[in-house]
Amino acid sequence: MNTFKIGGVHPEPCKLTADRKTEILPVPKQAVFPLSQHIGAPAVPCVQKGDQVLVGTRIAEPGGYMSASIHSSVSGKVAKIDTVVDASGQRKPAIFIDVEGDEWEPSIDRSDKLVLQSTKSREEIIECIKNAGIVGMGGACFPTHVKLCPPKDFSIDTLIINAVECEPYLTADHRLLLEQADQIIIGIKVILKVLGVDRAVIGIEENKPDAIALMRSKTSMVSGIEVMPLKMKYPQGSEKQLIEAVTGRQVPPPPALPASVGCVVQNVGTVFAIYEAVMKNKPLIDRIVTVTGKGLSNPCNLKVRMGTPVSDLIEYAGGMPEDTGKLISGGPMMGRPLLDDTAPVCKGTSGVLLLPEAEAARKEERNCIRCAKCVQACPMGLEPYLLATASEQSDWECAEENWIMSCIECGCCQSTCPSRRPLLDWVRLAKNRVGGIIRARNAKN
Amino acid sequence: MAQKLYISTSPHIHCGDTIERNMRWVIWALMPALFASFFVFGRGALIVTATSVASCLFFEWFITRFLLKRKSTLGDLSAVITGILLAFNLPSNMPLYMIVMGALVAIGVGKMAFGGLGNNPFNPALVGRVFLLISFPAKMTSWPVPAGLAASYIDAETGATPLNLIGQIAGGNTAAADQLPGLGELFMGNIGGCIGEVSALALLVGLAVLLLSKTITWHIPVSIISTVAVLTGIMWFVNPVLYVNPLYHLLSGGLLLGAIFMATDYVTSPMTPKGMVWYGIGIGLLTVIIRYFGSYPEGMSFAILIMNAVTPLINNWCKPKRFGEVEK
Repeated sequence: MNTFKIGGVHPEPCKLTADRKTEILPVPKQAVFPLSQHIGAPAVPCVQKGDQVLVGTRIAEPGGYMSASIHSSVSGKVAKIDTVVDASGQRKPAIFIDVEGDEWEPSIDRSDKLVLQSTKSREEIIECIKNAGIVGMGGACFPTHVKLCPPKDFSIDTLIINAVECEPYLTADHRLLLEQADQIIIGIKVILKVLGVDRAVIGIEENKPDAIALMRSKTSMVSGIEVMPLKMKYPQGSEKQLIEAVTGRQVPPPPALPASVGCVVQNVGTVFAIYEAVMKNKPLIDRIVTVTGKGLSNPCNLKVRMGTPVSDLIEYAGGMPEDTGKLISGGPMMGRPLLDDTAPVCKGTSGVLLLPEAEAARKEERNCIRCAKCVQACPMGLEPYLLATASEQSDWECAEENWIMSCIECGCCQSTCPSRRPLLDWVRLAKNRVGGIIRARNAKN
Repeated sequence: MAQKLYISTSPHIHCGDTIERNMRWVIWALMPALFASFFVFGRGALIVTATSVASCLFFEWFITRFLLKRKSTLGDLSAVITGILLAFNLPSNMPLYMIVMGALVAIGVGKMAFGGLGNNPFNPALVGRVFLLISFPAKMTSWPVPAGLAASYIDAETGATPLNLIGQIAGGNTAAADQLPGLGELFMGNIGGCIGEVSALALLVGLAVLLLSKTITWHIPVSIISTVAVLTGIMWFVNPVLYVNPLYHLLSGGLLLGAIFMATDYVTSPMTPKGMVWYGIGIGLLTVIIRYFGSYPEGMSFAILIMNAVTPLINNWCKPKRFGEVEK
C-alpha cells in the first residue's frame, strides 16, 4: 500500500464522529462573513448597511485575480460592515447580516435531484466556479479557479482527489464520501473536463474502509477514476506528501507548484462544492464541520451555513464542557486556536475541536537532548532542531541554507519532541523573516 | 462562555514521549547485562555499579544545587545511566574511592561543566572511564576472571582477557590462541573483562529492547558492528594465523557495550541517519586500528570519544535527503 517516503508520525486517530450522519444545523440569528477567508487579496463588499439579501446573494467581490467572492448564507438585512476576530486571532473586516426567514435566490436548484450532465464549456465552468466563491476546503483556502488554471507550460496528467483526512478527530470528508458519493464523482468529471486530463485518483487512508468500498463500487464502471487506499500516516493530506504517495513524484522546493510534476490536487469537499456550483448553480454558502472533543456529550458532523458562530455548533453538540482548555478551528495538528466561541465558521473551517485543560496546557520546555526524533519525523527532510536554534539566534542565513522555506508547518517535529521544545513556533518565526528577506532580494534583482 | 482558554499555535497534541521515558528504557535495557555480570563476577559487580550510580547522582545533585544554583535535574534519570555505564566500563574489583573519583569527573567535567544534559560534547561515562584509565592504568587493565557468585570483591583473582590474548597472537605469540575461550563462552559472557561488557547475549537483549521501544535506531550499532566485522574479517582472511576470526572481535571487549549503549548516546551522536552511519563506520575503524596497532588492548572508548568530537562536523556534512531535492 502506498504512502509518502520521508518522515511522518502516527497520532492517535480519535475519529469519534466517523459513524455520525451529517445533521443540518439550524440557521443562526446573525451571520458574520470575514472578507479574508482565502489566500490572496481580501474580497470587496458589494452591499451596504441596510441592504436586503437572500441566501446565495453575492455580498463581496474578488479583490483581485488571487481572491474569491463571498455569498450570503442567510436571508435578511446587512446590519453593519465592521470587524471580527477570526481564526487567525486577528481583527479583520467582515459583513454582519441579521437573519430574517430563509429566502433563497431563485436561480439556485435546491432539489435533491442528481444532475449528471452540463452543457457548459470549459471556460464557462471556470467562470461558474469563480462566481461561486469556491476555495480549497481542506483548510488552505486557495482560490479554486486559480488552481484549475495552472500555468500553460506545465502539462497536467493526473488529478488527485484528497480524501485522506489525516488530521486526528476530523471526519467531515469521510462523511461527505459516504453521503455524497455520486455528486463527488460528477464533480471529479467536471474537473477532469476543465483540466483536459483523463486520469483521476481518489486518495483515501485505509482507516476508512467503508468509504474506500463505496467509492470503488461507484467508480467501477467509470473509466479514468481510480480509488487508491493509502497507508495511514500523518501528514498524508498535505498536497506534496499526497502527490508523492499517489504518483511517486516529489514536487521540487518552493516556489515550484504541484503542476510542475503534472498534478493538480483538489480536496473532496472542494469537489462537492464544484458539483453544487456547476450543476445546481449554488454558490459556496455551507460546509460540513466536525464538532468534536472527548468531553463533548454529542460530538457530531454538521452541515453549517457559513458565518454561523462557533458557539451555535458547540451548543448543538451538547455545550462546552467545564474542563475545556482550548478551542481549535480545524484539527489538532494544524488547526488554529480560537480566542473565544464567537468566531464565525468560514470556508476553511473543517472542524471545531475542544481539548480538555489537561491536554491544552503546554508542558515545561527542557534542553534539547539531540535525540534526532524531530529529524526522523520531518516529512520534508529538514532538521527542525537546527532550524529552531537558528531562529532563536536570529541566524536567518543558516535557516535559509537549511531549507526552512520547505517547511509545511505540519507540526510533526513539535508533537514528537521529548523535551517539549516549541520547535514549530521558532520555525514559523524564522520562515516569516527569511520569506521577507527572499522577497526583498527578488525585488532588488 | 465561562472557561478561560489557552491560546497557543499548532500542533495542539503531543505523542507523550518524554526524556524520562527514553532514559527509563535505556536503564531497562542495561539490566540483562548487570544481571549477567553478577553471575560472572559475583557481588563485586553490584558493589561497583551501586557506588558509581550513587556517586553520579550525588555529584549531579550537588553541582546543580550549590554550584549552578538551579532546579535539580536528577529526575531526568540521565545520571543513573551515566553511573551504570561508568561502572560497566570498570573491572569488578575496582576500589570504591577510584569509582567516586571517576563519577566526579564523568558528571562534573564530562557533563555539568558544559551546562548539563544536552550540552555535553563527549559521552560523560567515557570521560570518567578514560580519566580512570590514565590515572590508574594498572588497576584499569587487570580484570578479574569469571569466578561466579562466590567471587570476592577487592581481592578477586585476575587474569588475561580474550582481548589480551588476541593482541598477543597478533604480536606473534601464536601459542596464545590455545588459551582463547570458545565462541560459546564469549557469547554467554563466561570470560574476564569489564563488568558490563562480558555477556554478548545480555547486551543483544538490551539492543532488542532499545530498538523495539524506539529509543534508538539501528544505524549506529549496525554500522559499528559491521565495520569491525568487515575489517577484522579481511585481516583474518589475509593471515588467519596472526589475526583471529572476526567473531572473536565482535564478542570480546567493549565492542557490543560501546556500539549498543555508549555510541548511541543521544547527545553526543549525529542527528541524521546518514551521519549516524558514517559515525559508526568511524568508530569501527578506529577501534580495529587501536586494537591491532595501538598500545591499549581495547580501543572502543577512545574511538567513541574521537567520533564524539567529530559529531558537529558530521552534522554539517550529512544533511537529510530533502523532499524534492534534485540530485546534483
